[in-house]
Amino acid sequence: MARITAGIGSSHVPLLGVAVDQGKTGDAYFGPIFQGYEWTRKWLETTAKPDVVILVYNDHASAFDANIIPTFAIGCGEVYKSADEGWGPRPVPDVEGHADLAWHIAQSLILEEFDMTIINEMDVDHGLTVPLSMMFGTPAAWPVKVVPLAVNVVTYPVPSGNRCWALGEAIARAVESFPEDLNVQIWGTGGMSHQLQGPRAGLLNREWDNRFLDLLESEGDAARHIPHIEYLRETGSEGIEMVMWVIMRGALGHAVTPLHRHYHIPCSNTAIGHIVLEPA
Amino acid sequence: MTATRGQQDIHGYLAEFDDIPGTRVYTAARARKGYWINQFAMSLMKSENRARFKADERAYLDEWKLSEEAKEALLSRDYNRLLDLGGNIYFLSKLFSTDGLSFAEAVSTMTDMTFPEYREMMNNGGRSPEGVRSIKGKY
Repeated sequence: MARITAGIGSSHVPLLGVAVDQGKTGDAYFGPIFQGYEWTRKWLETTAKPDVVILVYNDHASAFDANIIPTFAIGCGEVYKSADEGWGPRPVPDVEGHADLAWHIAQSLILEEFDMTIINEMDVDHGLTVPLSMMFGTPAAWPVKVVPLAVNVVTYPVPSGNRCWALGEAIARAVESFPEDLNVQIWGTGGMSHQLQGPRAGLLNREWDNRFLDLLESEGDAARHIPHIEYLRETGSEGIEMVMWVIMRGALGHAVTPLHRHYHIPCSNTAIGHIVLEPA
Repeated sequence: MTATRGQQDIHGYLAEFDDIPGTRVYTAARARKGYWINQFAMSLMKSENRARFKADERAYLDEWKLSEEAKEALLSRDYNRLLDLGGNIYFLSKLFSTDGLSFAEAVSTMTDMTFPEYREMMNNGGRSPEGVRSIKGKY
């Protein structure tokens, strides 16, 4: 039987991909950010060893344009290439999908009344490839298969925290009913506080972000009830990406064991957050 | 963290967005208004389109269903104006990437700071949320 063994939260700032691609991860600016991921890189390689990652992320006008806006979309393809976001594709390995598991999850979610959009072919942008680089560095091939799960966090209304939590719960049930013995992780990416637009750009909120991390580490489901307006006021217009961490947390159940946590300000315009949790 | 759940009235939901200082939330209304600005920007993901745009920006823009106001805002890289016209930052990022600008430098042009001033603010912990959460509430 497949099972979700851990959840990871991580920012996915494009500049982190640039740092990896240009070999700057140890310099004075990026060093303190990447050091906070060293624990996780070692744990993934020596202890956790996941087979598949369900990677919850948002597309940044790469695979989807303004024409089609799926609220929740799941990648059911065999392979995904790195997207050209305006300066050429990142030089990272192709991302191998797990089509059997992805189709199983897609069908199970639809029966659970989550009306998923199914994607067979797409390119994946920094939202998906930066977290892979943060956790695995620069391997010749990614050591996991990936089920991409794209969430609309750009055009409002984006899905509620409540719905995101429930989706996480439904994903966990779907994984548990997959017959093959698979070690599956779920990653929620994006955030933490940042605002990339308008005169208020540059807003960061260390205190709120850390309260959010505390909430994810604690028992119960309070995080599902944070309203959109609170993310917008407190964490900037792009802080809403944290609803994707709520999907991850929802998949882990009532209580979790916190394994690792890291927070750093700034990376470009953004507060970097990272957390590793196991279902208790 | 305030607890809410369940159905929300769409009018009340949207009205709250206008109470955030210096912020244009990318609502469905803005997405409708800025559709061709964003689709134009999206086209710059292809290197051949970037080359064509750079060769003659005005001619390239004339191929799109854009208002004169939108074309002028695009030509002058007036990002706050483009947000007002329904542009979205992730789409507009294709334009400033084509210009060779980093996210931080492009974002700084929407504030009242120069890029070095903005970068310094970020390195010192970013803009504080204090006083810029709510227009009406002044907190």
